[in-house]
Amino acid sequence: MKKVLEIEGLFVDLDLPAGTLQAVQNVSFSVDQGETLSLVGESGCGKSLTALAVMNLLPQSGRFRAEKMEFMGQNLLGLKESGMAKVRGNRMAMIFQEPMTSLNPCYTIGNQLEEAFLQHRDVPSREARERAVYLLEKVGITAAASRLNQYPHQLSGGLRQRVMIAMGLMCGPALIIADEPTTALDVTIQAQILALLHALQKEFNMGLILITHDLGVVARMADRVAVMYCGQVVETGLAAEIFNNPKHPYTRGLMDCIPVPGKVEPGQKLGSIPGIVPTPIGNLHGCLFRNRCQYFQPKCAAENIALIALGPGRAVRCISEQINS
Amino acid sequence: MLVYILKRMGLALAVAVAVSMVSFMLIRMSGDPAIALAGENASSEEIEHIRTQYGFDRPLIIQYLDWGLKAAGGDLGESPYFHLPVKQILGDRIGVTLTLGACALVFALVISIPMGVLAAIRPNTWWDRTALGIAVVGQAMPSFWFGLILIIIFAVHLRILPVSGSDSWRHYVLPTITLGYYATPAFMRLLRSGMMEVLSSDYIRTARAKGLRWPKVLFKHALRNAVIPVVSLAAVQLGFMLGGSIVVESVFALHGIGYLAWESIGRSDLPVVQAIVLLLSMIYVFLTFLSDILNAVLDPRIRMM
Ligand SMILES: Nc1ncnc2c1ncn2[C@@H]1O[C@H](COP(=O)(O)OP(=O)(O)OP(=O)(O)O)[C@@H](O)[C@H]1O
Ligand SMILES: [Mg+2]
Repeated sequence: MKKVLEIEGLFVDLDLPAGTLQAVQNVSFSVDQGETLSLVGESGCGKSLTALAVMNLLPQSGRFRAEKMEFMGQNLLGLKESGMAKVRGNRMAMIFQEPMTSLNPCYTIGNQLEEAFLQHRDVPSREARERAVYLLEKVGITAAASRLNQYPHQLSGGLRQRVMIAMGLMCGPALIIADEPTTALDVTIQAQILALLHALQKEFNMGLILITHDLGVVARMADRVAVMYCGQVVETGLAAEIFNNPKHPYTRGLMDCIPVPGKVEPGQKLGSIPGIVPTPIGNLHGCLFRNRCQYFQPKCAAENIALIALGPGRAVRCISEQINS
Repeated sequence: MLVYILKRMGLALAVAVAVSMVSFMLIRMSGDPAIALAGENASSEEIEHIRTQYGFDRPLIIQYLDWGLKAAGGDLGESPYFHLPVKQILGDRIGVTLTLGACALVFALVISIPMGVLAAIRPNTWWDRTALGIAVVGQAMPSFWFGLILIIIFAVHLRILPVSGSDSWRHYVLPTITLGYYATPAFMRLLRSGMMEVLSSDYIRTARAKGLRWPKVLFKHALRNAVIPVVSLAAVQLGFMLGGSIVVESVFALHGIGYLAWESIGRSDLPVVQAIVLLLSMIYVFLTFLSDILNAVLDPRIRMM
């Protein structure tokens, strides 16, 4: 399989009044054509910042560095803003969490869709319009041609997210980064949008990075999973491996948080991971999960824990013997 | 959109009637018009004579209706000082005031939009602080004082602009700056905060994620949204400026209706004062209406209501 995106050793720092927040530390992953990689982890663990760093859209207080950042064989690291702008929205598209606020209220859907195409293709605007209609139909919007003249506030959240997806597809991207695309939508719409994303991804053979904190979404969509905790990847592997045999205590904790029908009694307390997430400011050492971990032992605090390879594409950031036996 | 316009128009008319009534009553309450007209040395018979001649002895509401209906038909009465129709006097002067107001508004926008945008995209830099400083000074300084300073510098010391009068465009330069500078801080601060808010919004991130270049993101996507509240403010500010031109026109002896109002108050020329108050408030009501319409044109969320 052809690699679409390859990231090695990505760090994101945010300059905050309280100090430098090491929001993402040494994260590596890759995505193949037609493959779905899921970045999963609790709120605030650095998933969005990882994605924004790839797009080079970090907030002003943020900066990133990486050993390797290759997209479709092109090195993104040396690119200036103008070079990166040629990639964004063209071969690499991003869909955001908030469909209600992600569209400009002052312009029609058509205008905002066409603009994405016209930015990267030297075509007459009629062609952009046709493309917009084609893609609106593709994402399951009826009466597509007349929707072009509507404004965002006239559409429901689900429709807007479909528009956002169509917008991402305008230039036929090789990679789509979807940052919690369904979190803001209600459950039935969530399922529709996910199914749509999945179908489109297969049809156009795109790589998909799906960011979520919902393991149900991961189970339904992901080929591979990277579990993030406090800015680090703590476990990676095929989705099936992660679900059947979670290794890292954090991953196990996450799994215990999902209610499984039949296994839990009605009214029984759901599993949750005790303790609070540390803020990655200042000198970080040892395992960042140790204050919440039931397998804690002194050496967990003493040394920095590396990702330990367990097999091809499978790794875990834990030194506990109970885990690896 | 049509329904919206009609609604706003109805509202504007109602406000116009209410404002004209209030201003009429206020001016009538500020003194006895018959005494004012007759002059200080008039006998009481003369005053009574004038009172009946001008109809000041009728109930106030009748007087208002009489005056209001005539005014609506374009008849604003006659000035006892000039012995000319008030309409003609105002017609000669209003051009000066409108020119001054328009120039001052354009001046204020031309200064404040770039400054506000720059301050917003470079927050907390020396540029931002300079802009803030200018805004604070502008807000704190009375316009008559600022006008006098400009006169001292440009007319007295440098001698490049005239001190007073309204004969050529050069006479308008200093009044425009004086009046416009007064409105600049409000625009600048509104645009700066609006722009900062818009720039951190999700749809700007979307625009950038599409690969749009910075100028397009800034001008097409950000400024368009940030300028909407500025448009409303501009209409209101223009109203204030036309009212405020009384001070500026007096300082520069610019023969507009502001200066006329000031003179007419001194002359107890009641019909003129009344007509000016009416005119200014009607302009104000019209500008508010205009700002509502402009808002709807700029913001589809209002337009579609
Ligand atoms: N613009 C910002 N200013 C300050 N702190 C930020 C900013 N953006 C992110 N952070 C902080 O960086 C950390 C990682 O943020 P990030 O948005 O990547 O989390 P996330 O994993 O996407 O979480 P969520 O599931 O809530 O979206 C968090 O602690 C967050 O508070
Ligand atoms: Mg996020």
